[in-house]
Amino acid sequence: MSKWFDPRSTFGMLLIAAVLIALPFVAALGGQAWVRIVNFAILYIFLALGLNIVVGYAGLLDLGYVAFYAVGAYTYALLASPHFGLHWPFWVILPLGAALACVFGVLLGSPTLKLRGDYLAIVTLGFGEIVRIFMNNLNAPINITNGPQGITLIDPVAIGDLRFSGTSQILGISLSGPQKYYFLLLALAILVIVINQRLQNSRIGRAWQAIREDEIAAKAVGINTRNLKLLAFAMGASFGGVAGGVFSAMQGFVSPESFSLIESIMILAMVVLGGMGHIPGVILGAVLLTVLPEVLRYGVGPLQMALFGKMLIDPESLRMLIFGLALVLVMRFKPAGLWPSPERKRELSEKRTGAA
Amino acid sequence: MTVLLEAKAVAKHFGGVKALRDVSLTIRQGEIYGLIGPNGAGKTTFFNCMTGLYIPDGGGFDFAGAPLVADAPHKAAERGIARTFQNIRLFANMTALENVMVGRHVRTAAGVLGAIFQNRATRAEEAAIRQRAEDLLHYVRIEDRADDLAKNLSYGDQRRLEIARALATEPRLLCLDEPAAGMNATETEELRDLIDGIRRDGTTILLIEHDVKLVMGLCDRVAVLDYGAMIIEDVPAVVQKDQRVIEAYLGA
Repeated sequence: MSKWFDPRSTFGMLLIAAVLIALPFVAALGGQAWVRIVNFAILYIFLALGLNIVVGYAGLLDLGYVAFYAVGAYTYALLASPHFGLHWPFWVILPLGAALACVFGVLLGSPTLKLRGDYLAIVTLGFGEIVRIFMNNLNAPINITNGPQGITLIDPVAIGDLRFSGTSQILGISLSGPQKYYFLLLALAILVIVINQRLQNSRIGRAWQAIREDEIAAKAVGINTRNLKLLAFAMGASFGGVAGGVFSAMQGFVSPESFSLIESIMILAMVVLGGMGHIPGVILGAVLLTVLPEVLRYGVGPLQMALFGKMLIDPESLRMLIFGLALVLVMRFKPAGLWPSPERKRELSEKRTGAA
Repeated sequence: MTVLLEAKAVAKHFGGVKALRDVSLTIRQGEIYGLIGPNGAGKTTFFNCMTGLYIPDGGGFDFAGAPLVADAPHKAAERGIARTFQNIRLFANMTALENVMVGRHVRTAAGVLGAIFQNRATRAEEAAIRQRAEDLLHYVRIEDRADDLAKNLSYGDQRRLEIARALATEPRLLCLDEPAAGMNATETEELRDLIDGIRRDGTTILLIEHDVKLVMGLCDRVAVLDYGAMIIEDVPAVVQKDQRVIEAYLGA
């Protein structure tokens, strides 16, 4: 961080707060679609920071993280939609979804305790797919999840009479549905950032990092690696569960399609690309990977028209091509991530100046 | 003198290879006990059985008057057995200070909720962990490297850091697996002083070492392993002159 701007100063805090409050209104100038994109960026920050506990801190390569997101999303969908005729309030369902995802986290964690790296990745990948396939097929003999059609007409978040869908007036300011979700998501994101931050510099966080660095040495200093790994899975999963619930409410619709393997990979990519284990890095990764594809979606078509006067390549294919290329380039030239932790950065600069 | 650790006919085999054949020995409170032997004699295997990394196929250990049920390594540390590794095993991407702070894990209690809510007890415990870790870095004389990543420390400092991390668990028995390996004469001399100091401060030490000079000069008693069996356990002066030991080292 440069000297003229310190985010920890009062001025810095106020500036960040002002930007965050103004953001949904600025984004709305480009249409509500942009507010939704910002919302998804924050939702992915939430998910990525949840996964950061498992992958970044404890070093457990989890490719099935989306399963917990799905558990949270379906918990909300089933308990607040006409599907079962249940309409529970969100402040009951979100914690319930988190708890259920937590149970699933332990379920995934317990058989994989002795696995590491590639092997763990394969088992978690299988787990993620199993959950998705269950969602896809639990419509017979008893219709629980409504299969591939998914669940529609899910209740929006509501606080008292204030429903988060549609526009409403608060303190004389007109807020659209997505703008209201923005503030809910922002509050949740700040919460998860604080939790991540505090865990990182705690006894538990250090024990996770020790397991990541050297499991045998961690055992030798008395760390119960089994319990701590399960704890990491459970905590990461509960964040996924909460994110899923908010996703359900915000979209009003869930189907198994939203929880495919590519989602897990994207969330993992956010963590790795941003800077594993480093909170600002993970946030940056989540924002970039959510916003960049959208910018490209709106950008590559007009750009081609301006440059060549005609469409040479289908914008949709070009978009993903550029996106993929960007990922490869970042990993080639910034292997520790775009914004790695200060320790890693200092180490790189030490190498550059030579061992003085 | 009271007995701190007693190994009773400990046996371990890997397939057909008998790595340990009924090894029995006693380590007394407050002594430096040396365990030596040629390569592959079973020294590290013995270590691993004691610290719970391996489960012995026969026999067992008594530690501080009660059986040591070493079915999980973290339990050995809880009981008060700490170790270092032959090939240094530090938490490479954590700072030296953090490495030692991890060592306090087993003697502290803060959980997830404490970490999240930062209540007074957690903050006090965290401050105590940091203070103790700083003191230990000072004790092994690498306090000026506290904020460096463990992997950027010099070889000798890494050895010292590993000892500091082991001491952070408040061991009654500190097991050092070839601490002088790869050290030059000066470093070995400094290490000798450090080990002697740790013993004087009240910690019993089990030392596996190749450097016969170091072992003979430092240890109160020495056991010699050869092909997984113990051939002698006695004071250095006797062990040094024993015909079987000379044969084991030089070949018959």
